[in-house]
Amino acid sequence: MIASGGFDAVFARPRAERRAALIAYVVAGDPDRATTLAVIDALTAAGVDLIELGIPYGDPLADGPTIAAAAQRALDGGTRMADAIAIAAEARERGAAPILYFTYLNPIDRYGVERFAREAAASGAVGAIVPDVPLEELPAFGPPLRAAGLAIPLLIAPTTPPERAARIAAASSGFVYLVSRLGVTGARREPDVAWAASSIARLRSATTLPLAVGFGISTPAHAAAVGAVADAVIVGSALIDAYAGSRGAQAAQLAGAYARSLRGALRPHG
Amino acid sequence: MTNMVDSKLPDARGYFGRFGGVFVPEVLVEALAQLERATNEAFADPAFWAEMETLLRDYVGRPSPIYHAERLVEGPHAPIVFKREDTNHTGAHKINNTVGQALLARRMGKRRLIAETGAGQHGVATATIGAKLGMQVDVYMGEVDVERQALNVYLMKLLGATVHPVGSGTRTLKDATNEAFREWAARVEDTFYVIGSVVGAHPYPYLVREFQKVIGLEARAQMLERYGRLPTDVVACVGGGSNAMGIFHAFVDDPDVRLWGVEAAGHGLQAVDTAASLNAGSVGVLHGSRSYVLQDDEGQVLDTHSVSAGLDYPGVGPEHAYLKDSGRAQYVAIDDADALAAFHHTARREGIVPALESAHAIAFAQRLATERGPGGLVLVNLSGRGDKDVRTVAALDGEDAR
Repeated sequence: MIASGGFDAVFARPRAERRAALIAYVVAGDPDRATTLAVIDALTAAGVDLIELGIPYGDPLADGPTIAAAAQRALDGGTRMADAIAIAAEARERGAAPILYFTYLNPIDRYGVERFAREAAASGAVGAIVPDVPLEELPAFGPPLRAAGLAIPLLIAPTTPPERAARIAAASSGFVYLVSRLGVTGARREPDVAWAASSIARLRSATTLPLAVGFGISTPAHAAAVGAVADAVIVGSALIDAYAGSRGAQAAQLAGAYARSLRGALRPHG
Repeated sequence: MTNMVDSKLPDARGYFGRFGGVFVPEVLVEALAQLERATNEAFADPAFWAEMETLLRDYVGRPSPIYHAERLVEGPHAPIVFKREDTNHTGAHKINNTVGQALLARRMGKRRLIAETGAGQHGVATATIGAKLGMQVDVYMGEVDVERQALNVYLMKLLGATVHPVGSGTRTLKDATNEAFREWAARVEDTFYVIGSVVGAHPYPYLVREFQKVIGLEARAQMLERYGRLPTDVVACVGGGSNAMGIFHAFVDDPDVRLWGVEAAGHGLQAVDTAASLNAGSVGVLHGSRSYVLQDDEGQVLDTHSVSAGLDYPGVGPEHAYLKDSGRAQYVAIDDADALAAFHHTARREGIVPALESAHAIAFAQRLATERGPGGLVLVNLSGRGDKDVRTVAALDGEDAR
């Protein structure tokens, strides 16, 4: 059993450095276990504050073509739930940044929510994002994860009415995930920084949790602009694109270089 | 006497018993809530139904007739009566639903319709009403289906729609549905997603059933008028399950009427590749609701197979899952070979070429009619005509239909 340290530890360093945290998404087993571990090590060395580890699912409704293809590569390589959890546990033993799972309801449901909660907590992870479980379904899904000490960050979209956004923020744990624009994950469409800034200003009164912004962030300029208004910047598809097609040390080198370019753009707040 | 169920479901959260619900990314939650409000307002507005009824009569060609298929079975048997949804404009039941959803879309101020399609019937039905109402239509269709339903692909283009082939996953209806959901998430403000079956997140399973229940309401009255009694059995094919819910709903509260859903067994229920979610699947979440899903032990959705593209889907509407678990309806499966035999048999004996989907229901009804004997009365939903399948069947028979 590895102590996770929880979410307080995740945001302690960026807070001390008065900058936004960098959260990096990779798919477990894309394209294989060794590459994922090497990439996580490289992201940690590049100063990433939290690893979002995707547990591959074949029908990811919230994801665009980059992450859907990465999940398919992982599935084709045989990575399933237990393999993803084992990758997280090994990464943590090797001193990786804290890990947060990201997957869909159906694989957790089939695995067993309580079994998943137990094993995810034992792997040292700090929580799980399950984007197809909206606020209304959380009471039936969340308790076993919370009981195991896992946070469940919830998402707020540009279509979410303000009153609902406040309720989501109040029910969220770990952080609140603001989706920066309409659509699914992917680097092809730009984040709406102005929307993110105004939403963040509104949500400050509804929660003391960190406010993270993701979807569409692909360049250091995006990271800098979002990092100036948010507590955390989430990057996924662009990072996966940065090392897609390579393996092992080469993939780690590409992922690390890309993460450093974003991390360098997160300047201390004035 | 069969088990009774609550025909007033779903509840306020979109559940039929433990099935249904709303399991979608947050970006779509408000869009579904808006759709639910618009649906409730429209359904309470007599002007909405008046326009709907006019279109169903003058444009779709309703009511569709019932027809006694006298030469389908030899020996002592129950009469088999077809509900002729194949006589609708565009050749299937799908248009009942697309007319309704397009009117809802117009009420909501949406200018653009998107749809998923498997066999192409729902895509054609959406393109058709889009043309009539002057709305842009984009249809998502798996690459495999684009190939095997080339006639419908061209029809959609003729009607002014754009067909987007989907190359991800199994390249069939499941993946086309994923892509339509993603497109909706990206264009939710000006786009209305016209779902083609009683699947998806609430309120779709409810509102699609409400638009399709006209099939059963008509058929029930027609049976009483012509035969002076209700059918002993109602039979319909089930992929997502919209034609079946459409004909079942009016009979759910008739305890002596047995309801039979016929799934596609593909190469057989024991085979790796089937499409019979209720017979061979387990409870899971797919495309926004909890129902039966063909999936592996890890919750990964399985590849499906059926000779009929319209049934080639790993999920099924949540209300069917509810009817199955309650015992109110029974779900059986017919494999490719038996469906093809029924396709040929119906063409030769009745002069009606059924859709391959509907041929599954006919194949089961032939057996059931013999089993019931002359005292029975079997109503079959002939959900669509088979023109679209002629090329597929010809290829299987080694003929050239080009």
